[in-house]
Amino acid sequence: MNGPTLFGLCAAALIGFGLYGLIVNPQPLRKIIGFNIIGSGVFLLFGTIARRGAAAGMGGDPVPQALLITGIVVAFSATALAVALLLRLFDEGGVVTLVSEASPTEAKADPPDA
Amino acid sequence: MPHSLSAQDVTTPGGLLLVLAILIPFIGMLIGFVFGGGKAMRVALATLAVGLAIVIAIAKALVQSGDAVIYILGGWMPPLGVALRADGLSVVMLLAIAVVICGIGVYARADFGSPSGVKEARAPLTFWLLLLAVWGSLNLVFVSGDLFTLYVALELLTFAAVPLVSLDGRSETVRSALRYLLYALLGSVLYLLGAVLLYGVYGTLDIPLLAMRVRPEPVAWAALALMISGLLAKTALFPLHLWLPPAHAGAPAAASAVLSGLVIKGSWFLAVRLWFDVFAGVVTLPSAQTLGTLGAAAILVGNVVALRQTRLKLLIAYSTVAQIGYLFLMFPLATGLSSAGLDSAVAVNGGMLQAISHAMAKAAMFMAAGLIYTTLGHDRVADLRGMTSTLPMTVLAFALAGASLIGLPPSGGFLAKWLLISAAITTLQWWWALLMLVGGLLTSVYVFIVVVRSLAPAHDGWKPKLPVPRYQQAAVLALALCSFLLGAAVLCPLDVMQIGRTVSRNTLLP
Amino acid sequence: MTLALAVDIGLALLILAMAAWTIAVRDTFASVIGFVTYGLLLTLVWVRLALPDVALTEAAMGGGLTGALLIGAAARLRRTEATVRERPGVFTRTLAAVLSATVTAALSFCVLNLPDPAPTLAPGAAAKLGSTGVGNPVTAVLLAYRSMDTLLEAIVVLIALFGVWSLAHDRFWGGCPQLRTHADSEGILAYFARILPPIGIIVGVYIFWIGADFPGGKFQGATILAAMWLLVIGAGLAHFPPVSQAWLRILLVAGPLVFMAIGFAGIVTAGAVFAYPDGFAKPLILAIEIALMPTLVLALALLVAGAPQRMPPQ
Repeated sequence: MNGPTLFGLCAAALIGFGLYGLIVNPQPLRKIIGFNIIGSGVFLLFGTIARRGAAAGMGGDPVPQALLITGIVVAFSATALAVALLLRLFDEGGVVTLVSEASPTEAKADPPDA
Repeated sequence: MPHSLSAQDVTTPGGLLLVLAILIPFIGMLIGFVFGGGKAMRVALATLAVGLAIVIAIAKALVQSGDAVIYILGGWMPPLGVALRADGLSVVMLLAIAVVICGIGVYARADFGSPSGVKEARAPLTFWLLLLAVWGSLNLVFVSGDLFTLYVALELLTFAAVPLVSLDGRSETVRSALRYLLYALLGSVLYLLGAVLLYGVYGTLDIPLLAMRVRPEPVAWAALALMISGLLAKTALFPLHLWLPPAHAGAPAAASAVLSGLVIKGSWFLAVRLWFDVFAGVVTLPSAQTLGTLGAAAILVGNVVALRQTRLKLLIAYSTVAQIGYLFLMFPLATGLSSAGLDSAVAVNGGMLQAISHAMAKAAMFMAAGLIYTTLGHDRVADLRGMTSTLPMTVLAFALAGASLIGLPPSGGFLAKWLLISAAITTLQWWWALLMLVGGLLTSVYVFIVVVRSLAPAHDGWKPKLPVPRYQQAAVLALALCSFLLGAAVLCPLDVMQIGRTVSRNTLLP
Repeated sequence: MTLALAVDIGLALLILAMAAWTIAVRDTFASVIGFVTYGLLLTLVWVRLALPDVALTEAAMGGGLTGALLIGAAARLRRTEATVRERPGVFTRTLAAVLSATVTAALSFCVLNLPDPAPTLAPGAAAKLGSTGVGNPVTAVLLAYRSMDTLLEAIVVLIALFGVWSLAHDRFWGGCPQLRTHADSEGILAYFARILPPIGIIVGVYIFWIGADFPGGKFQGATILAAMWLLVIGAGLAHFPPVSQAWLRILLVAGPLVFMAIGFAGIVTAGAVFAYPDGFAKPLILAIEIALMPTLVLALALLVAGAPQRMPPQ
């Protein structure tokens, strides 16, 4: 076993951990953290693939590295949007949960004051 | 795509139009944002007109050349660079989405005009910017030839769609938006994981190159499973549909039309692209049957729950859950055809037609419901009396759109189901045909209920709460008519959808 | 076993333990702190993998800005913690555990069966590097071979920002975002806010500038500058501009618009969108990066700041 393979296995485990956290934790903020752990696992897996592709005098394949940078920025934007929704929900009612008061089938469907 | 060819040889006439189809909506969005206020709407409407012209020009280039339209960005050939590629499937989606977006744009002028006396209002500005963002992202999904660019497109689409859900800021809609975002993020991260695995094994993200390199082996199966599951979560196929009804029903009518008619088609189209182009040599009939079974469950559950709804917008949203089910019946049918050594075009065309006619019909239905809400001040299905006399065009539009969802001739829905049913009979998968008939029957019940309720005369002295402009009614009726008359596509002398799809057909044949 | 491998194994175990604790711990605030620590440990992995560009991005963005965002949210939500107590039942947890374990097992199998030698685009990227004029191959991928992705990424950030702003209350539309800190203008935060930014700005601009030839670049540099701006504002020494401010909007769109203008100019000068004419690649790439810089600094900081929350003083 070498470094990249080890970290690849580590990435596989992180994705599993994150998935479990995303499904099981009821608080939205914890779900967002779960999503970020899955994301970092995916990035780490891509990183090991980049490292394995070292060639032509480069320490790693530059294409996955560039895509990783893009991916990290996109994941940050996603987290910012999710946190903004969460804080708005907090402002509205104080209780932050994904479970609606009414069951989904009876949820209100009013458009805004038309 | 041989590497000896240079980028100039591969780029086709009209290829530049693909770049414009993606970037013009985003340029409109950026300019609209700088000007802000009421000018954002005017910029958006002008962008819609320009974008529609570009899409028509792409269709012309495709039909004239009889082959896919290709553009190599920056002159860098794949696998190092990125190619844009529009085959028949892409072009048909581009056209349909452009028509629906323009219809929604006309309709939304009344709902999202800038209120007088205010320099700039939050909801209208957000709506117009994000409408353009949704359009640019969808065009990117249809023409991108690179799996990572497609990941960025999926995220663009998600970030543009989620704020539309919570446009009115009520806590219930903010909660729906957050739930939607979490499902969508999980979906895109699973998609990305699959793409990463493919790169690790085959060293490219370019779709035609991958199609040549992918072999049926465990890593490819894992990538396929991860990517398709992620896309199912984003498309809201049963049992991952729970986020959809509250999100789609709670948004303002024009935004609901965007979400239900258009946004879910993006991730669905990507699933089609993966299944039939990238993984054509990997997919198996049992895996396709699994997708079909989920689709069948969606049709039954969505329709039955729709029947129990008391609010019109929720009824329409649950009908979307059911219609998404139809979109996934093409997978077992097309895979069944190709594994029997037959041409799968019938089933693929049926599925595509279903997507297009649903996009038009569902946008029309949600906007019709919006007009009914404006007039009545509520959308309780039990109390739609007086609607036929007050909004005859709108009720007609609802009925025509409903006819297309049911699958009555000559609607697009009819032609789609006819193609799918004939594929089911050819491949001896008669149960899918039976299911489509049962689904149509259930759909007809709730469409019938709504139309009959709206035929009841109004109470004496009842007055509309607010008047509805005629052009809004006309836009809704136009979209419904498009969907209803789409069945005429059968008269088209040319099989537009299959242009430029020779690569995948060759790999499909044993 | 070599020493390097022993270090790697230790690091991997530490990261797994940190991730597990972050997910399992009851208190949300503790979980967020765990996640930030986890992000820092992950940066070490990127260094161990010899991917310095990613290490810089992960440290600045994954650890820094995401951490600031989550800590801010957790601090505000702390009061409601006790009210959320619906934990899923044993059945859901078992199902989730089985699903997660299956995914991990399948991925581990894939990792162990990755082809050897690994496919790579490094030789192709190296062969074309000369025509881009830049020395850092990652920058060449971002701004030449796959510049479309980079343009779209800047647009992603802006659309996310529109989404965040759309969550403002109508009465605050056109107003300013606000960091919810209780800064004391003589306190320790204010002290750091006076000392750090000059250093941070130099570091940020340096990382941005060397990115053409060495590890670094606009995303990493912009993140550091955004962090400095947030620090100054957090200490109460400056304020966010109102979202209706004309100069703010122009700077936000300038990056992508300049990028597209240079891209489209390539049709005339080099025969394709996003192509660069011979000999002008490096100056044009620098022009794009310089135009993107203010867009990214503002957009990243404003994403952390959230929706407008007060009207500007008249």
